[in-house]
Amino acid sequence: MESVLLRARGVANSRDITTYLQAGGWEGFKKALSMPPEAVTQEVIDSELRGRGGAGFPTGRKWSFVPKDHPGPKYLICNADESEPGTFKDREIIEYDPQMVLEGIAIASYAIGAHTAYIYIRGEFFRWAKILEEAIAQARAHGFLGKDILNTGYDLDVWVHRGAGAYICGEETALIESLEGKRGFPRLKPPFPAVVGVFGKPTVVNNVETLACLPHIMTRGARWFASIGRPRNTGPKLFCVSGHVNRPGVYELPLGVTFREIIFEHAGGIRNGRKLKAFFPGGSSAPVLTADEVDVVADFDSCAAAGTMLGSGAVIVMDDTVDMVEVGRNLAHFYAHESCGQCTPCREGSDWCLDILNRLVQGYGHPSDPDQLLRICRFASQGMTICPLGDAFSLPISSLVSKFRNEFAAAIARAKPIPPKKLPVMPWVGKDVRFGG
Amino acid sequence: MKTQAIHAVPPEQLQKVTFDEAMEKRIAEIFERYPTKRAAMLPVLWLCQERYGWISPGVIAAVAERLEESPAFVEGVVSFYTMFHRQPPAKYVLQLCVTLSCELCGAKTLAHHIKERLGIGFGEKTPDGTFQLLGVECLGACGGAPVIQVNEDYYENMTPEKLDQLLSELAREQ
Repeated sequence: MESVLLRARGVANSRDITTYLQAGGWEGFKKALSMPPEAVTQEVIDSELRGRGGAGFPTGRKWSFVPKDHPGPKYLICNADESEPGTFKDREIIEYDPQMVLEGIAIASYAIGAHTAYIYIRGEFFRWAKILEEAIAQARAHGFLGKDILNTGYDLDVWVHRGAGAYICGEETALIESLEGKRGFPRLKPPFPAVVGVFGKPTVVNNVETLACLPHIMTRGARWFASIGRPRNTGPKLFCVSGHVNRPGVYELPLGVTFREIIFEHAGGIRNGRKLKAFFPGGSSAPVLTADEVDVVADFDSCAAAGTMLGSGAVIVMDDTVDMVEVGRNLAHFYAHESCGQCTPCREGSDWCLDILNRLVQGYGHPSDPDQLLRICRFASQGMTICPLGDAFSLPISSLVSKFRNEFAAAIARAKPIPPKKLPVMPWVGKDVRFGG
Repeated sequence: MKTQAIHAVPPEQLQKVTFDEAMEKRIAEIFERYPTKRAAMLPVLWLCQERYGWISPGVIAAVAERLEESPAFVEGVVSFYTMFHRQPPAKYVLQLCVTLSCELCGAKTLAHHIKERLGIGFGEKTPDGTFQLLGVECLGACGGAPVIQVNEDYYENMTPEKLDQLLSELAREQ
């Protein structure tokens, strides 16, 4: 398919606003300004665009939850806190086409009636935050941002707000807390941000890639967008392929290709002539798929039907040399580090999983470990935590245990006896009077 | 690309901090972006880290006063985010990504290589204060795995050879 979101990749001076204007840039925003905001929202609903940040929630519907008659300010937030392991697509869009992101922000802000928008970008992205600042200055100078935009009376200010190294701040309510100047602790929902968001005002949080789709939906129409991909899974999608492939990178493909096409055609297959063993289809928080499941279709609904998630479209590929117990340990390390610490099942559960997996990798496994891991994962997921981080670590770890149980069994079979440790307290030896014994 | 060295202000000079005119001007600009003073927290902390190299207890107290928060609240925020240095950092902070894609592509080899060459493990500094090694979680550049971030800059598709070259250049430039 033609390049839509990555059309500027490889173009000289692609970040410059004149290059963007020559390619038809900012026309979508002009068109949106000529329409009532509700019509813009309807166009996005008709395009069936689903959020590209991971959850796949319909974007137009998310906007429609913002109360129309709200008297005070409303806010739009562009989520550029890209930190799901395996994901590196938003950085690519910002690197080559920051104006496209700004135009998307402007369209979304106009549709929901926001006059202030924030771009929350992860702290490590120093370079890309600067790129966005420069892009904002250019867009202001051309009159696409600021006061009385293009003589329509519509005002919009966009600010870059940098995070400081916390995975959890990619979750929209944690992001809002962080933007307000606090620790990134997710909030209970409801109320949803569309009703009570940042500074207590209605707020829409959209991912960079989602916003980058908007200029194209406005200029080429909802029907054009919906013609790409499959029903209810429409439009172009950026797939980030990393790990053991010949050509890792970001590939723009219609939703509905198979993972076989992504891994073997676009990313050039497995490196060093090895065989595919397994892959995470949508970032490390999605349940793992095995080589036998490589023909699963890469869209939101097909991945859900296969018991996993498309997530952010981050495909992490592992060849047949990989030890899946070590993969579990690596991910448990990530989630134990990134759990915000607010909910006990997630804070303790992720750390407990890490303890067990560390022990297994070091050769001190115990026969009860796999079931213990599954039990911890069960208690940390399924709505036991405020935000989905509990599920985010439970799903991949439990899927690794279930699908590669033989490798866990082999690690346990190799295990050395656990060195005896002194108990920290004296064990109870007497009669337990509390229970009448 | 030339990575800028961090020049951390020594602790004894950061016990009591007062913002000069240039800092005050930038803080005032930041306040204009948000409806509350508290929302300026991360931008102001970043400003301080840029200026002083790290966030000392004295900096925390100064930020708290300027934002009309308690020092305890500011400390709570600073300690939540991993990127704020709470001790003076080395001139070059090597942030090696240890998450899945980077581990699959050789991050452990790089960690061993740094240990052999500089004698430092995760969380350690070289005695001359030039290099410091941190193991960090996903840097969001998995297509260029293994990735190492030095101060503000990303270095992708790293190999022991490229790392040697980079470390030599940095040691020369400081």
